[in-house]
Amino acid sequence: MKHVLRVSGILLLPVLLQAANGNPPGPFFDYLRLNVFLAVIVMAALLIYFFQRIKKNPESIFVRRIPGIDAIEEAVGRATEMGRPVLYVPGIEDITEIQTIASMLILGKVAETVARYKTTILVPCRIPFVMTVAEEMVRQAFYNVGMPEDHRPENISFISDEQFAYTAGVNGIMLREKPAANIMLGRFFAESLILSETGFQSGAIQVAGTAEVTQLPFFIAACDYTLIGEELFAASAYLSRDAKLLSNLKATDYYKVLIVGIIVVGSILATFGYDWLPRMLTIH
Amino acid sequence: MDFTFLQSPTIIQISGWIMAILTLLIFSFLYKDNPFYKFAEHLFVGVSAGYGVVIVYNNVIVPNLVTPVMNGRAYYLIFGVLGVMMLFKLSRKLHWISRWPLAYVVGAFAGIQIIAYGQSDLITQIRATIQPLWVAGDPVATLSNWLIVFGVLAGILYFFFSKKQTGALGVVTKIGIWFLMISFGASFGYTVMGRISLAIGRFQDLLEFPVISTIVLLIIIAVLVVHTIMTREPVAEE
Repeated sequence: MKHVLRVSGILLLPVLLQAANGNPPGPFFDYLRLNVFLAVIVMAALLIYFFQRIKKNPESIFVRRIPGIDAIEEAVGRATEMGRPVLYVPGIEDITEIQTIASMLILGKVAETVARYKTTILVPCRIPFVMTVAEEMVRQAFYNVGMPEDHRPENISFISDEQFAYTAGVNGIMLREKPAANIMLGRFFAESLILSETGFQSGAIQVAGTAEVTQLPFFIAACDYTLIGEELFAASAYLSRDAKLLSNLKATDYYKVLIVGIIVVGSILATFGYDWLPRMLTIH
Repeated sequence: MDFTFLQSPTIIQISGWIMAILTLLIFSFLYKDNPFYKFAEHLFVGVSAGYGVVIVYNNVIVPNLVTPVMNGRAYYLIFGVLGVMMLFKLSRKLHWISRWPLAYVVGAFAGIQIIAYGQSDLITQIRATIQPLWVAGDPVATLSNWLIVFGVLAGILYFFFSKKQTGALGVVTKIGIWFLMISFGASFGYTVMGRISLAIGRFQDLLEFPVISTIVLLIIIAVLVVHTIMTREPVAEE
């Protein structure tokens, strides 16, 4: 009953807000977007299926090795040996960006490793909101490994919300704090090459990852390891082995198989002049 | 307040000098990290942080909170309260209160993004990839369609994490990574071209103020040479 009330409240909230604004409520269901609805429903069904399966038998789930992710622990280990900090750059986008959310999940796991190794982690942020989340993630990570007293909130800092001022600030940290490992995961734009090149010059081991196609070439050229595209989203599940994240990874994997099937069937049909499948996928 | 005096030729001239000086201070990093670069970096970070506060107040708080509340939409205060709750982060005992607005924003935007990504990054992309594999009388279009369809399929399978990349899957994923690397190479070249255009634009700006640029450049070089000589460590005798 409690859940029904909550869901009803969430569904009614936009209608109430529209009414409060003096606007008539729009249609509850937009049939022109049925294809998007079905795509989301299939994904949700896969998620629920894999979550139930992983809950019953977590050991049955196989995830292939991703070298870039293994390199993160190696980088933290190197920083510990050298007695120098680890620099974690969570990208320059707000927490509303899915890549930043993925980066925050990975930050939690990286911070746990850092806490276990008794190393320092520096997290300079461009967005105040991201800084707050990053601080929570790092604080929780230090709690998780039983070392809350080692957590230093001042190491998670806000620099500037101006893109290149932030970049200049992070460059300054790379040059003066001399971190032994630079981990750059999240959404990056024109600053990607500036950051990775400065990190390369400072001699740090660098692991980067983004789903921003235009910036990936720079990370690949200047960093030791790069998480390409979806590897960034897989990283959090790979590192944590958390049932929810693993079920997400598995669901997206099988969703890809479905996409491959649709493309193959659609292309064969299109070759013979049948175009009903592309028409079904048109967004109105 | 009247800011028209900022358009006067003298102010524009002084602004140009400041631009030229700061550009050269930043370029001094090409030698190595030095006090000139540090000065410009700290100035840039400090000014942009202060500027950001004003921008956020005028572009976010006023139109999204102050104006609606003044116009009688009191429920906007709910979001104002969520914003104030964020400030509890500063308290050691009550910092847990700041988690509520965080949870609201992350949850709400994750939900909104599902639909947006579903439309733009999923369905539209699948639709664009479905191509006829034979275009009568046009071998170039046929080849192009094969490249699109096979390249996308191989690329998608590279990101399949539930199976080791061995055997037939290994071959396809290897082709997939080749497709990715070729596209990254093209993107790299294209972006570098854009960056070079930006650098040329910067040099053109400097050429508009040749005297001040030359003087500042000579001062920077002279100071860096003196600084390097004075801080050079003596070579240890064998």
